[in-house]
Amino acid sequence: MNVDLYERIWMWGAAAIVVVFLTAIGISTFAYAVRPPSHIETIDPATVMQDPRFSTPGVTTLPDGSVHVTMIAMTFTFLPSEVHVPVGRPVTFRITSMDVTHGFEVTGTNVNTMVVPGYISQLTYTFREPGEHLVVCNEYCGVGHHTMQGKVIVDPAGTSARAPAVTP
Amino acid sequence: MNRGNRLPLAHIGVAVGAFGIAACMALMQALSRANLDLPFRSAQIYYLSVTAHGTLMALVFTTFFIMGLGYALTPRALGRPLVHEGLAWVSFWVALAGTLATVAAILSGKASVLYTFYPPLKAHPAFYIGATLLVVGSWGWGFVVLRTLRAWRREHAGVPIPLAVHGMATTIIVWYIATVGIAAEMLFLLIPWSLGIEKTIDPELARTLFWWFGHPLVYFWLLPAYVVWYAVLPRAAGGKLFSDNLARLVFVLFIVLSSPVGLHHQAMDPGIPAGWKLFHTFNTFWILFPSFITAFTVIASLEVAGRMKGATGLFNWISKLPWSDPLVASVLLSMLLFAFGGFGGAINAAYGMNAMIHNTAWVQGHFHLTVGSAVALTFMGTTYWLLPKLTGRDLELGLLAKVQPYLWFVGMMLFSFSNHITGLMGMPRRVFDASYGGDAFAARWKVLTGVSAVGGIFLFVSAAFFVMVVLGTWLAGRKTEQPAVEFAEPLEGAPAPLALLDRLGLWTVVAVVLVLLAYGYPIWHLITTSHFGSPPYTPF
Repeated sequence: MNVDLYERIWMWGAAAIVVVFLTAIGISTFAYAVRPPSHIETIDPATVMQDPRFSTPGVTTLPDGSVHVTMIAMTFTFLPSEVHVPVGRPVTFRITSMDVTHGFEVTGTNVNTMVVPGYISQLTYTFREPGEHLVVCNEYCGVGHHTMQGKVIVDPAGTSARAPAVTP
Repeated sequence: MNRGNRLPLAHIGVAVGAFGIAACMALMQALSRANLDLPFRSAQIYYLSVTAHGTLMALVFTTFFIMGLGYALTPRALGRPLVHEGLAWVSFWVALAGTLATVAAILSGKASVLYTFYPPLKAHPAFYIGATLLVVGSWGWGFVVLRTLRAWRREHAGVPIPLAVHGMATTIIVWYIATVGIAAEMLFLLIPWSLGIEKTIDPELARTLFWWFGHPLVYFWLLPAYVVWYAVLPRAAGGKLFSDNLARLVFVLFIVLSSPVGLHHQAMDPGIPAGWKLFHTFNTFWILFPSFITAFTVIASLEVAGRMKGATGLFNWISKLPWSDPLVASVLLSMLLFAFGGFGGAINAAYGMNAMIHNTAWVQGHFHLTVGSAVALTFMGTTYWLLPKLTGRDLELGLLAKVQPYLWFVGMMLFSFSNHITGLMGMPRRVFDASYGGDAFAARWKVLTGVSAVGGIFLFVSAAFFVMVVLGTWLAGRKTEQPAVEFAEPLEGAPAPLALLDRLGLWTVVAVVLVLLAYGYPIWHLITTSHFGSPPYTPF
């Protein structure tokens, strides 16, 4: 095939750009472990409230100092809708839905996952600064979708992790 | 009017009708997101409207326009009539009946599930059955065009396929592979479940089948635009196609690479192994390659046009281009917007970076540059070029047609850029009201949602101009000799037949193997993992 010299150069350049992009993704994935949340664990959405994994949603601190936040998404709220987490320690969010598909996004961070009924979403994030983060549902879930919100409050070092009273 | 023109005209008529209705809904949505208190503003109507806008624009306008374009270009490029014209009409009525059923379901308020219709949100069965009929009708269209091409090839052994039809056949092959996913989702999951035959559905399996379809769908939209860019634009701009063979290479690469990529839409999904998401990410990035080639070839063709008009310097060929020609202006501006869309798309697909923007306003900012500009604006320009040739009437309201692409460009810059930024700031997509009860963080999005609304007004005026030109031409245009459709000629003369790039069947086999490789294990894994179904919900 007869390809013009300039176009030939351009094509090699384009291929090089793609290779550079893929190399960047490869490095971030394998050297820095930047991976999207891909946890595989199933749960019966009809019995989420009775399931021991989700019967006491809220914040728990594990013996090794890491923090687990267990949360249930439902139309149109998160349960609990407000959580306190410590600054500077890994926080693992475990979320499932008891009805339709939702999204869980902690604004101002890269904490972002789909919440699909029948599956448990899990991801870990370390908050570097104390402060408040608005949590939004970012997958359309019905007529009250835009009201489905919550709050993650990152407590300064020295205060203990606690969950407020559960608000349905 | 030539009888053969009724078929493409019927399709383009439905497409423009759907576009007009959807544009009205878009205006309301853009204003609603800026929290303007409009009469009758309610969350129910907003989500109904988002569903209607997405379905009418992304599925009805595009599919009917592409079918009409295929019927218009194929016989002209091949120099022979379509075969099976009866089947083509049956397919049209099936697709139209399906569309009406889907639209009725949406407008009755029983299908506010958005155009992604993720279960366990459940729409009225008419929504799913109607959408399926639209796809079935499009299969009939593809069959007619491919059979016509086959008849032509029997009559012209050894002759390269005319480029416009090469691209159209590519579009159809991509569409056939893509629609296997949606057909499986509809027939095995959604329709039986919405009728109550099945009690539960696996939402993750449904999402996976949806995105098997959902990503190649964007190439089904884009490839007919590329057909216009390669086979029509160079001629309309007064030049020649820079490289015919590379255009064919681009089309073939899209057959191969369009489908094994859908999981990059599910990067944030639970239940799907990370390694398979990464594999799809890698495949996705190679699709940048044919679009890079397209950028060079099409721009080089435009430079040829400028130089044939006497341009001499490095850049003044740009000012020699016919910027006041509605087709040329539409395509040039759509390509410019598409460049931004391409950069954004690389971020969307980038595995780790997706978390920043997944399901935020960035996403709607992105696809309004791709399907909403590269595709829709090209289709509008193509309509200005094609309609006089089909109706035998001069383009009416020509001034509006000249202004319209520029209004679209300005509106889309305002709309899309503000949405990209609010998306990076965390604002979710598809929300009726982005104030979150007066939350301080959400308040930062306020100014930019206003900019987005101003963009929406520009876009609406542009859309209205387009519909007025189409109606004016069709109903009141001055009768004229039907001008012939002229395709671009390659710069290098008659293309040296590189038969490998015309062996579309062979490339289809390669594509099918890649799809099986990319989806075989993830789908088998979803089906065999112990999982729990979901009953239907209608919270709208």
